[in-house]
Amino acid sequence: MPLSLAEVEHVAELARLSLSEEEKTLFREQLSAILDYAAVIQQVDTSTIPPTATVLPLRNVMRDDVARPSMPPEDVLANAPDARDGFFAVRQILQSQSKP
Amino acid sequence: MTLHALTIHEAAARLQSGEITATELTQSVLDRIFTLDNAIKAYLALTPELALEQAARADRARSDARRAGAEAALSPLLGIPLAIKDVITVEGVPCTAGSRILEGYIPPYDSTVSARLARAGAVLLGKTNTDEFAMGSSTENSAYFTTRNPWDLSRVPGGSSGGSAAAVAADMCLAALGSDTGGSVRQPASLCGVVGLKPTYGRVSRYGLIAYASSLDQIGPFAKDVTDAALLLSAIAGHDPLDSTSVDVPAPHYAAALAQTGAGSRPLAGLRVGVPREYFVAGIEPDVEQAVRAAIAKLVDLGAEAREISLPHTELALPVYYLIAPAEASANLARFDGIRYGLSVDAASLWDTYRQTRGQGFGAEVKRRVMLGAYALSAGYYDAYYLKAQQVRTLIKADFDAALRDVDVIACPTSPVTAFKIGERAADPLSMYLADIFTLSLNLAGICGLSVPCGFDRQGLPVGLQLIAGAFEEERLLSAAYAYEQATDWHTRKPDLELTLED
Repeated sequence: MPLSLAEVEHVAELARLSLSEEEKTLFREQLSAILDYAAVIQQVDTSTIPPTATVLPLRNVMRDDVARPSMPPEDVLANAPDARDGFFAVRQILQSQSKP
Repeated sequence: MTLHALTIHEAAARLQSGEITATELTQSVLDRIFTLDNAIKAYLALTPELALEQAARADRARSDARRAGAEAALSPLLGIPLAIKDVITVEGVPCTAGSRILEGYIPPYDSTVSARLARAGAVLLGKTNTDEFAMGSSTENSAYFTTRNPWDLSRVPGGSSGGSAAAVAADMCLAALGSDTGGSVRQPASLCGVVGLKPTYGRVSRYGLIAYASSLDQIGPFAKDVTDAALLLSAIAGHDPLDSTSVDVPAPHYAAALAQTGAGSRPLAGLRVGVPREYFVAGIEPDVEQAVRAAIAKLVDLGAEAREISLPHTELALPVYYLIAPAEASANLARFDGIRYGLSVDAASLWDTYRQTRGQGFGAEVKRRVMLGAYALSAGYYDAYYLKAQQVRTLIKADFDAALRDVDVIACPTSPVTAFKIGERAADPLSMYLADIFTLSLNLAGICGLSVPCGFDRQGLPVGLQLIAGAFEEERLLSAAYAYEQATDWHTRKPDLELTLED
């Protein structure tokens, strides 16, 4: 079942991806082909089969609750495109009603 | 013999005897890289100054130890020049993951594996090319360039760890690290004619590995022979409190265990080898099938007992993988948002900064997988795709669990085909996905596998034999592969690069 263009655009928004018109057309075709291929798993009866949560014999790995030194803030921010006063800087996300 | 052509164990013996120094060895490998890498393009970044500095430090450490009579305690990796795939961080050395979105990113911390190699005194030559975020089977998805197969420069080296595989095959490092999520160590090892090992999930710490699919990713070694793979695995294996998926199972001394592999004409006496009928089907090249069947016959000559087995859910592994891996990738790659590191496209709103940074920073395959994953996880589709895939995964794992109760190892081809031409599969994602059809089921089951050279096709391209064993049974894999290697000379064949360069 082919994906619609609207579904491609919806998934691109979920994935926070801006796509060109050519990419939307191409991905619609390619993703539809991959999903068609993957449809074979729908034929398997899994009514009594639990999903794999992990292949490991481990459960609830905890560390001791002991304070340790952290990476220095300047190292944390060294790769940031924009940083101010020890913080990552981003575009304003809330519009204030009136200036305080 | 030129120094760059040495294996780790050969070089370690000469370093120990004082015949060569780490500086001479490192310089020889760097010269080899400067001669060949313009043609092969295995490295994304070289660290020659760091390498020579580490080599000099290794030489000092060795002479200090010699004076103190403590040379026996030195690591076999002291002074050995290695390469690391560019999805694994080394503090202060740029790490791109083969992506434009991480161009210029300098990791502020060491991965556990690189810290362990540094502690052993290994020398870092540089970071090797990879498909973007390890998503691919040819390195054609690298945002920077495609690595070429040393056996035929018009062909791919496999992927995603194609840079590491090509560097080992062309003697541009003694050994290398890669990562394997669906075959990304074993498939390029097969296509380049070297040894590649995917350890059990939980055997090696992934701290500092840029995550692709967290329930599948594992770091593993590339080497010129089985002994070197064992040496490198010993150096990186073991529990790490920084990775809660690393399991606290003691890591044996893998190379020492090889020495105990039975001697004589039947070193594999008692070994039960399973040959899965579902892995010898349409789509496998006749030359590959012939080489692998001959390799299995050789295992029998060496004393093993081969029997046909069945892994009935084999054909479901590929669709299951291409739902689970993209789903995990869509979550893991959400962190690349233009705020904390990497590319940032300034836009009118925060939302548009995210969309445009990711739209411009990610290549086509990454976008495809992130979208596929977001779709498989989205409201209304989660049960039908992601949950269903995780249920079928349980059946695939159960196939291996059942088979490995009756046999000790499973033998099959690593890849259905030998190295394909650059561009041959790049336009059709599904045909590229088929390159991993024999490798990705192991990642789904969490068990270990190894590719060892087992011949050549009629065009002179290498073929790999894949051996598979249960969780934490790397010793079994390595001893079977070691016995096979001792009885054959495939691993000693080298591509004729001098000839290629003159063309």
